[in-house]
Amino acid sequence: MTSPSSGEAVAKPASSGLGWLLEQRVLLSIAVLAVLPWLLPSQALAVNVLIYGVVVMGYNLLFGYTGLLSFGQAAFFGAGAYFTGIAIGRYGVPWFAAVPIAVLLSTCLAALIGIVSTRTRGIYFSMVTLALAQLVYYVALQASSFTGGENGLRGFTVDRISLFGLQVNFLDPVNKYYVLMAFAALAMWFQSRILNSPFGAVIEAIRENEQRARACGYNVERSKLIVFMLSGAISSLGGCMLALHLSIVPLDILHYQTSGMIVMMVLLGGARSFFGPFVGAATFLILEDVISVWTSHWQLVVGTIFVLFVLFLPKGIWGTLLDTLRVGKARP
Amino acid sequence: MSGELLRAEGIGKHFGGFVALEGITMSFAAGQLTSIIGPNGAGKSTFFNILSGALTPTSGKLHFRGRELNGLPQHRFVHQGISRSYQITNIFPDLSVHENVRVAAQALTVSYDIWRNRARLTELIARADTALEAVGLLAKRGELAKFLSHGQQRALEIAIALVSEPELLLLDEPTAGMGPEETKDMVALLERLAEKRTVLLVEHKMKMVLGLSKRVVVLHHGRLLADGAPDEIRSNPEVRRVYLGQSEGYG
Repeated sequence: MTSPSSGEAVAKPASSGLGWLLEQRVLLSIAVLAVLPWLLPSQALAVNVLIYGVVVMGYNLLFGYTGLLSFGQAAFFGAGAYFTGIAIGRYGVPWFAAVPIAVLLSTCLAALIGIVSTRTRGIYFSMVTLALAQLVYYVALQASSFTGGENGLRGFTVDRISLFGLQVNFLDPVNKYYVLMAFAALAMWFQSRILNSPFGAVIEAIRENEQRARACGYNVERSKLIVFMLSGAISSLGGCMLALHLSIVPLDILHYQTSGMIVMMVLLGGARSFFGPFVGAATFLILEDVISVWTSHWQLVVGTIFVLFVLFLPKGIWGTLLDTLRVGKARP
Repeated sequence: MSGELLRAEGIGKHFGGFVALEGITMSFAAGQLTSIIGPNGAGKSTFFNILSGALTPTSGKLHFRGRELNGLPQHRFVHQGISRSYQITNIFPDLSVHENVRVAAQALTVSYDIWRNRARLTELIARADTALEAVGLLAKRGELAKFLSHGQQRALEIAIALVSEPELLLLDEPTAGMGPEETKDMVALLERLAEKRTVLLVEHKMKMVLGLSKRVVVLHHGRLLADGAPDEIRSNPEVRRVYLGQSEGYG
């Protein structure tokens, strides 16, 4: 063992004030999200950015940082929403308990899907995740006594919540936004934790070179399963937020089109960047919002813009911006 | 520790009908540099892949420090004390040079920890720097691995293998694709490494191997052809016939 002082000596030199601030990616991200309702055309849009941002951030852990292209992330988004709704509506669980229960159950679902899918690689992994996620969709469609089937899940409304003895009117959009933002902040803190941890280094090593990671002594299969579960857990929290926000769960959010949208959002914003998922979600939702006013074929326009992005800005909006500013380059 | 470190007993490997290795029995003592040579297709790489756990032998047994290794998954080999480099450069291209080595160093201790901050695990950071210093790459620690020269990437590969403090270091053609200058540096590095630990080297460059090793093993068509000190190998008529004659002056 070397003395700790020699380790200190080679560690990063102390950052300047600005450098320190830029290192605080969680605080910076929360600061941006805090003013988001006043930057976007509507508050409803801001809430959606928050929700989809969390879902896409969880997906970014799997796709961006570990390099696993899953086409089934909607399963966990939907599972989080359905479990929250069922817990509140059917079993009368209070909302603050329903959310952790839903995340836990969704993580179990991610473990099941992960055990099967992480044994495969490349296009097979993508196809297996797609197929298993569609299976979840059909289960939700058929088990209509639990899920409401085609009509979606209804009959649970969170209109008033108590925070530390304080009664908050959850129907007020501003209150709702900041309560949901607290969830987003929690998710960002957790994600940042993972990325900074030794395990965060393992998933990057697996993305860079799976064979070498294995030769270094890592159990690649187990690591992939763990990251699949962590990613599912974070995305499912976005689902919980959606259920609390809408007070219904539309069946559509389990559909593979939602998975495709999640992939598009992460690529628009920038895979492998911390705040990119929120930028991608905002970009996609704003485009949808603006263009669908002009034409019902908005998907055609959004699709074209997406293709242009993949061709000319492969690192996405946020990733390219960071590269230009040379921020985050020093980060390993 | 001296004495026997690794023993191979009747190791064979078949790929379908093709016999890549057959009946390899040999023992490696701790603390010396042994080279495995042989013409292309002799089974050197197959033997290496078996020793590092990447391939499972069709027949035979491997013992390392008295423990049988058969059936152990590849990622456990490092934990036993066997570490390897690759013939074709095999690094983490988009990570920094230092992170390449640091991530290898943490495999033995904190793989699945998601609660600690890796930037604060100073002992691992220091160990990675020590390994980089040993291969002469400390000055490049902040650069992305993909921007290193070929020779530097080969050295980085060795640092990745070295940082786990292996008892047995397997090096697969560390000078592959190197020019004369780079080869000279690598030979000096190998000499330094061999002073402290057991090294098993697969090489093509004949002169280099004979100058460097205490013992040379020659494989040919998947079988053991000769095994002895460099001088014995040099004068062995069989070896001269299959190998030396055709590569005289090579490297």
